[in-house]
Amino acid sequence: MNRWGRRQYSPSVPGVIRMNYGFLNIYWRDMIRFVRFRTMLISSLLQPALWLAFFGIAMSSSFDQLMAGVPVPPGVHAVGYLTFMAAGIIAMTTLFTSLFGGMIILFDKNWGLMREIMASPMPRDHVIIGIGLSGTTKSFIQALIIMFFGIAIGAGFFVGYNPVQITLSIFGILLFVGVFALGFLFLSAGIAVSMETPEGMQGVMTLMTMPIFFASNALYPIDAFPEALRVISTYNPMTLLINGIRYFAIGPDFLALGEHYMYTSTDILLSFAGLLVFAVIMYAFARWRFNKAVVT
Amino acid sequence: MAETQQEQDQEIIIVKNLEHAYGDAKAVEGITFSVKKGEIFSFLGPNGAGKSTAINVLITLLALQKGEASVAGFDVTRDPQKVRESIGIVFQDITLDRDMTVWEILEFHGKLYSMPHAERRARIEELLTLVQLEAKRNVRTKHLSGGMKRRLEIARGLMTRPKVLFLDEPTIGLDPQTRMRMWDYIKDVNKTGTTIFLTTHYMDEADQLSDRISIIDHGKIIITGTNWELKNTLGQDLIYLETSNNPFAITSLTGLSFVKNIEQKSKGFLVIINDDGTKVLPVIMDRLRDADITISTVNLKKPSMDDVFIHYTGKEIRDEPVGKASILSLRPGGN
Repeated sequence: MNRWGRRQYSPSVPGVIRMNYGFLNIYWRDMIRFVRFRTMLISSLLQPALWLAFFGIAMSSSFDQLMAGVPVPPGVHAVGYLTFMAAGIIAMTTLFTSLFGGMIILFDKNWGLMREIMASPMPRDHVIIGIGLSGTTKSFIQALIIMFFGIAIGAGFFVGYNPVQITLSIFGILLFVGVFALGFLFLSAGIAVSMETPEGMQGVMTLMTMPIFFASNALYPIDAFPEALRVISTYNPMTLLINGIRYFAIGPDFLALGEHYMYTSTDILLSFAGLLVFAVIMYAFARWRFNKAVVT
Repeated sequence: MAETQQEQDQEIIIVKNLEHAYGDAKAVEGITFSVKKGEIFSFLGPNGAGKSTAINVLITLLALQKGEASVAGFDVTRDPQKVRESIGIVFQDITLDRDMTVWEILEFHGKLYSMPHAERRARIEELLTLVQLEAKRNVRTKHLSGGMKRRLEIARGLMTRPKVLFLDEPTIGLDPQTRMRMWDYIKDVNKTGTTIFLTTHYMDEADQLSDRISIIDHGKIIITGTNWELKNTLGQDLIYLETSNNPFAITSLTGLSFVKNIEQKSKGFLVIINDDGTKVLPVIMDRLRDADITISTVNLKKPSMDDVFIHYTGKEIRDEPVGKASILSLRPGGN
């Protein structure tokens, strides 16, 4: 008899119930790294707060001064720039975190566990799902921190809401953030598994963040954009997400930067549906890339 | 197939006419071999010989292009999932997450293979003991030495009690002491019934560890056999002589029953014999003395795996034409 017995471990033995929770394993491992990388953890939490604190306060003091003379129609809820852009900062942070969320796959491919994972019996889409879930968790944490910090420095979120409404609104915001994050995490994972170097990936990501961020209603209204840009911005997932956040955090009817925003429930449902479609397409993209990927 | 069940059991890896190319560049050009259950089998070949490509096809990381391959009774193309469940792998480069602990690396691997919780935890403890890393269980892998990392990877490869353990250059970059320790671990693992498939470009590693060796070069298997058989293909022993009259000495030795071949060298000549050199040498010396030839230098050498390797793969740096004839050499002071 030897030290560890001769019995062959075989997961395919009949009678062994075999549910594959492989994605939870990927999730667990990615969260370990998130918590363990102190600098990454802290900087990812601090960065959005700094955006709010510096850009937000600076811009809002000048914008609010400019808008001071604009008459507010009676019965319309006017919000300051800080409130307006805080929603944009939540979206921006989610975008950045998600787009770089797939980076781990590239590192794993070059120096880490990807070969072990690829040679294991776990289906490859579990990697995509696992990365999607851990990235979404990170985005939830960040979104909550920005909300609290934003409110602390004066963003007018959830004004006049009762606790139930606040809870539901936060839930709604996280739902939007979650689907949006999944979409970009899938995109990021699909790109990462196809790339060779982190530098290349960094380049692609930087190239993408620029138009996605600025062709959106994160920092300013898009109604005055030239037609082509306005159309792009309207269907930009970033805009769809921000619609949702503003709807839940500020309300369906408000005035900001002289623009009168009115969201109907249908608008919001359409925005959400748009995000869902985006996420599904990105998932298909990631699956396709993963099935093509050869890691040796 | 006409093979009986027992014969199939005996051969745990079967490869027939395997070919693999990257674009136009052929990495593996039609290799055929089999690995018997319970043995340590080595692919010995220089860098770029096609070893890793072959192993990557067997472990299902590369799709099979041409030929047939089965591992543990499962076809790599039709049943890759079953193949994956039956094997353990230690990759050529370190593939550990620097920021995970030793325990986490094993836990992650067990989960990757859907091992049940209790079995997984028990197995981790067994393996930590086996590779003597119990004290390091909560240490992140970046703080481990090269040898410890390798041991951890071997433990990981054994987590699922694989039928076959693939080791791709397992001791590359390790110091001599650690290498010998690794060999001991590998032998221990093999003794418990795990078949081991090894690739290496270290002659001594193949020699020390393997039951059988295939020398592979330019994508082809050149020869397969036990280390002893391979050495014997070069003639059993080598005797190098420098004498007062080399041509005459060669003439007087040619035709003796135990002389397989004689090669002329610049100052002397090399007698390749097919018998035990220690017994033959006095006979040769007597014969030369009888012919009034004075011997100035004698060297007896058993062929090493180095000689075998160099004989079959050539001395030249890769990509240059390989000459086989002038290779057999006797280095004074060699083993």
